[in-house]
Amino acid sequence: MKKIAKILSIVLAVALVLGLAACGGKTENNGENNSENPVAAGADYSDIKFGLICLHDENSTYDNNFISAVKEVQQNLGLSDDQVLIKTNIPETEACLNAAEELVDEGCNFIFADSFGHESYILQAAQENPDVQFAHATGTHAHDAGVPNFHNAFASIYEGRYLTGVAAGLKLQEMIDSGKITADQAKVGYVGAFDYAEVKSGYTSFFLGVRSIVESATMEVVYTNSWFDIALEREAALKLINDGCVIISQHADSEGAPKACEEKGVPNVAYNINTESVAPNTALVSSRINWAPFFTLCIDSVLKGESIDADWVGTIATGSVELLGVNEKVAAEGTQAKLDEVKAQFEAGTLKVFDTSTFTVDGKTLDSYLADIDDDGTFSHETEVVSDGYFHESVYRSAPCFDIVIDGITEA
Amino acid sequence: MNNPKEKIHEPLFHIVKRSKDALPLWKSWLIRAIAIVFSLLVCSVIIVLLTNQNPLEVFGALLKGSFGSERKFWNMLQNLAMLLCISLAITPAFKMKFWNLGAEGQVLIGSLCSMVLMFTVGDKIPNLVLILAMLAASILGGIIWGLIPAVFKAKWNTNESLFTLMMNYIAIQLVSFAIMVWVPSGSSVMGLVNSSTKAGWIPDIFGQKYLFNIIVVAALTVFMFVYLKSSKHGYEISVVGESENTAKYIGINVKKVIIRTMILSGAICGLAGFLLVAGTNHTISKDLAGGNGFTAIMVSWLAKFNPFVMVITSFLIAFLQRGAGEIATNFNLNTSIADILTGIIIFFIIGSEFFINYQIKTKAKKEDK
Repeated sequence: MKKIAKILSIVLAVALVLGLAACGGKTENNGENNSENPVAAGADYSDIKFGLICLHDENSTYDNNFISAVKEVQQNLGLSDDQVLIKTNIPETEACLNAAEELVDEGCNFIFADSFGHESYILQAAQENPDVQFAHATGTHAHDAGVPNFHNAFASIYEGRYLTGVAAGLKLQEMIDSGKITADQAKVGYVGAFDYAEVKSGYTSFFLGVRSIVESATMEVVYTNSWFDIALEREAALKLINDGCVIISQHADSEGAPKACEEKGVPNVAYNINTESVAPNTALVSSRINWAPFFTLCIDSVLKGESIDADWVGTIATGSVELLGVNEKVAAEGTQAKLDEVKAQFEAGTLKVFDTSTFTVDGKTLDSYLADIDDDGTFSHETEVVSDGYFHESVYRSAPCFDIVIDGITEA
Repeated sequence: MNNPKEKIHEPLFHIVKRSKDALPLWKSWLIRAIAIVFSLLVCSVIIVLLTNQNPLEVFGALLKGSFGSERKFWNMLQNLAMLLCISLAITPAFKMKFWNLGAEGQVLIGSLCSMVLMFTVGDKIPNLVLILAMLAASILGGIIWGLIPAVFKAKWNTNESLFTLMMNYIAIQLVSFAIMVWVPSGSSVMGLVNSSTKAGWIPDIFGQKYLFNIIVVAALTVFMFVYLKSSKHGYEISVVGESENTAKYIGINVKKVIIRTMILSGAICGLAGFLLVAGTNHTISKDLAGGNGFTAIMVSWLAKFNPFVMVITSFLIAFLQRGAGEIATNFNLNTSIADILTGIIIFFIIGSEFFINYQIKTKAKKEDK
């Protein structure tokens, strides 16, 4: 008798929990129906299914930048949750191909992968599924792969980084003017992920922005050899601060460096996210590639059956290059006005970031440079990219190719 | 005042180890089933509290991760096969109580050896010769990586857990170094190797790209079962694992058994590395083993070192991992929530083993008697 009572009580408890669970589920479903947005006027996006493949998840500032762009597009176009599938933590292995194929099985007609190492797997998926459009960020193969449904995309983020450099330069000038540092001590630090063109192009444009304001500025770069490592990025930032850097910027995907800067009270320039929430007293400004315009373009092209460029480069004009949060608390006076002025020059085409008259390499002006544009596995530098007085970044392909260390910059 | 009866403090319950075979098989499986039901209940509560989703739908997605389509099923089988392969590799060592925490590194070195050949002579020799050479190189690499800590253990009684663990880092750095040399652009990404010639790629069997891996691992499972259960080597391994002194007393050369077993363990890890490069990824990165070198320990222990039961336990892990990804994608959640659920389920399953091995005797029951 005792046993039966025991069993009965267990069964009752189970039923109760399941009942509660079911209730929870129901309210959620109702919520979903209510929150659905009306379809944007003029176009029916109900046939679109967007698949996003991310190397990490939203804890990585890099991946979070893609995820938030997809969510923005979803909201703008009124796509339902079923129409946007996000696969996170997909490594740069066969798992990427599997993820892409599974997205195709689910009916996705546009699939985007966000990490450099995903490229060869996405290319393979594109060859096997010619009816589905595939795009990939930071990749280098699309312009000579000859696969019409495979695309590379990037943005002229060097312009964004130059702008953040200008803000950092103004801050440096403020420090010099107030006597906090001398002009010779105007040294900025940069935490880079890898000794790789995308990183080099980024820090060079940042540095050129700084030097457009403070001519005596120098820069020290430390590599972490990892795209995402909170501890290493923190250590690197602390090393740079110890070495006398008075402003830090970074191209690595965690919040390790901004947090280290907040601890030490050193102004920080971020990438991809607004770090004001984690570093309210030191976050100066941040630049970001906004992927929403490219995603919207691709979705529209898929809908209309139009082709997408093999290599697409977003600009300030397309809304792809953005500045986030000029922090009034940290920035020097008049920063916003100066940024607006420089931005207008970019839009008018009168200012080039990699103007060869503004920098030297080994003491000499860069008159000619062969860059490694074609990705044929030989790593040969074959394409002339300097003409009309400037280095043509992201012109012959979307991914950056500026891989030179210019004078004034030292790599640790 | 001093009542002697009060002095004897009777605990509310106490725990008694069950004698061997005291519990009928059906009862032990019933306990496991109840544990799974309870784990799902706890998961349901977590799902409702943290995500406000319908738990039944979430469990549906968990199933869909492995059984949602033919492709997902094959991908799950592939994940299962690779995890099982590494689990089979570490099993003889663990059964001998040699704590081989270096499977991750042994697999990576195996992968690296395959990749060296695939990358350097891929287009110079016939594909069959290349694949066989890659296989031999991988096995050799795995053996060397397993043998070094084994020799140190046998000769100088060094701590094998630390030794094997540190060998992992050396392997990881060697892989990073190789990629740095092979990819001068600095991206640290190898990409697909020989994607146009497919040199060194194991061909599809019956149109299935992972069937080769699955067949190899299935054969290996049978081999390992027979080896551990019916061979003299297997017997020696279990004696050394139970008691080294007993082994010495009955004339087993313990050093020889340690070295021989680690050669086998390393060789199978090397084979796993070969399968990962030639049969699966066709690239190399330091994350290629994907933590399976450590997950394998759980698979092996849960199955009590029985290779056939390991098929079930590695299925369980592969199933839960795939389900976790599916849940994250379907409900727009972070994969962490799915990992929490996986953790809860595994916790309950491991916990159920306690109730199978031990009996809880309550005070009340004693009084009844």
